[in-house]
Amino acid sequence: MKPDAETVKRIDWDEIETTAEFQQLLAAKRRFIVRATLFFIVYYFALPVLVGWVPQWMSAPVLGPLNVAYLFALSQFLMAWCVAALYVRQASRWDRVARQIVERRSSAEGD
Amino acid sequence: MSMALLMFLTFIAITLWITYWAAGRSSGPSAFFAANRRITGWQNGLAVAGDYMSAASFLGIAGIIAFQGYDGFMYSVGWLVAYLTVLLIVAEPLRNAGKYTMADVLAYRLQPRPVRAMASLSTLTVSTFYMIAQMVGAGALVTLLLKDSGISFHAAVIGVGALMIVYVVFGGMLATTWVQIVKAVLLMAGTLLLSILVVAHFEGSFVRFFDAVTRVTYRDANGVEVTQNFLQPGLRFKPPYGALDLVSLGLALIFGTAGLPHILVRFYTVPDAKTARVSVVWAMILIGSFYIMTTFLGFGAATIVGRETIAAGGGINMSAPLLARALGGDIFFAFVSAIAFATILAVVAGLTISASASFAHDFWTNVVHHEVERRPGEEVLVARLTAFVVGAVAITIAILLGPTANVAFLVGLAFAVAASANLPVIVLSLFWKRFNTTGAVTGLGTGLVSSIALILVSPSVMGVDPAGSSTRHLIQAPPLFPLENPGIISIPLGFMGALLGSLFRREQEAERRFAELSVRANTGLGSEKATLH
Repeated sequence: MKPDAETVKRIDWDEIETTAEFQQLLAAKRRFIVRATLFFIVYYFALPVLVGWVPQWMSAPVLGPLNVAYLFALSQFLMAWCVAALYVRQASRWDRVARQIVERRSSAEGD
Repeated sequence: MSMALLMFLTFIAITLWITYWAAGRSSGPSAFFAANRRITGWQNGLAVAGDYMSAASFLGIAGIIAFQGYDGFMYSVGWLVAYLTVLLIVAEPLRNAGKYTMADVLAYRLQPRPVRAMASLSTLTVSTFYMIAQMVGAGALVTLLLKDSGISFHAAVIGVGALMIVYVVFGGMLATTWVQIVKAVLLMAGTLLLSILVVAHFEGSFVRFFDAVTRVTYRDANGVEVTQNFLQPGLRFKPPYGALDLVSLGLALIFGTAGLPHILVRFYTVPDAKTARVSVVWAMILIGSFYIMTTFLGFGAATIVGRETIAAGGGINMSAPLLARALGGDIFFAFVSAIAFATILAVVAGLTISASASFAHDFWTNVVHHEVERRPGEEVLVARLTAFVVGAVAITIAILLGPTANVAFLVGLAFAVAASANLPVIVLSLFWKRFNTTGAVTGLGTGLVSSIALILVSPSVMGVDPAGSSTRHLIQAPPLFPLENPGIISIPLGFMGALLGSLFRREQEAERRFAELSVRANTGLGSEKATLH
């Protein structure tokens, strides 16, 4: 059952926050998000840094007329989609844990 | 009547019908500000894409690639990767903990009045700058696209402004959403068709296409014919500061997108955080595909149309429409022009509704009237009035600036403010227990002031124009700051401001309520529900 405004006011947020399962959920999320964010930031900024400071390397042709610079730029799109896909897979697991936390609280309070 | 005008009028008719349909469903704040939170994942994905891909993307990036090759494509990359910040860090906590605006998330554990006042100021700044850039662009563009119909710059600006006011005032978020969805579908269809025609022009061979891109011939400023490999970096970002400017631009895109108020409010229109996530994924598929296709639009214009023809046909922003004319004749030119027009309208409508929501909800109800709506319906009424005022102000400023004003830097400024002021406080508020009201106010303040100050002394505003040429710079003096993009300085300053401000003073209440925000943001417990209309 969805909590209405009055029930929401009575929720003991601090109690939920200190439960082991919530802390585990938080830790799992933080671990993934921090790693994924660091990864995509490093991968993304490699492009302007390399293009900006060593354009001669980036101009080297690799695949017919295509050079390193263009292929690396194109790979950024693939990278973004892959990170998004990995995140969505993880997040659906977290959804289940979050639902359990919410349901347990509801049954404990009997509403 | 020209074909282009006919298509413009068709689009206007469709959007006015949408507004009429939405008007009957837009009473009450949840309906007006958040479309009753009943937009589905793929719908919101399309709407986010429609809200985000402005004329600067469609016409601007195609043009930069057509004239400066690979360096233009660097913009395309940043515009998509930025959505990872939205997806991983902002979208879901925002949907879980907020109601109508970005400031809702900050106001949970901090003192609402100072925080909302600053957040509202920052939101209005971002939206207004962005809107003025769009309006001036719209006026110049419509005049150019409808050249045969004799519509003046003034008429075009007033027309665009009036339409955006009508969508928002009468149709609220629901009309805005569907205008954005229609625009996104048109934009994707037009871009795909244009890309297919470009590849078909090279007999369906990607190899031939890219071969041509490596040998683009044009006349340079001195009239000397040069052949240039357009896949080679360095045509736009040149030493000594080009590399730093590239990084600075990247920072503003990656951190700014997740702080753009008109993008953030879109996540309040869906039923829950999971749908918000799904909608970011849809948006990323659409936005990514679009920006990959800017390869064909930009390089296609460079190889098939050529720089001289584009310059003679209205300048760099006409690259994509002129490519359409070269490949598909007048009908396709009209279609692509109508898409550009739809693009502008959808973006300005999104900006208008986020600005009005922030003024009405954050400033009027929560700051001025201490979190109490005095009469039911007052908040929506104030929002409608704000939309009208914001629209009128944007029209007036755009007309005063005139069609030749160099306003492209205003988009950069909007991103810089979003990245330097908004994003640091959103992130710290969600992830740092010690963060407090002082930190939020100093963070928003330093981010806002430093971005504006740095832009004012950057080469976008300051510069000495050679005698006899048209005035391109607002201040005729050598620039004091060498980069066009202030992000590399202003984003760290914004974070520092927020950090130091928080350490300056302890706030028990903010730390105590961190648990509540954390549980809400991570479980969705107590989040705003979808409503029946």
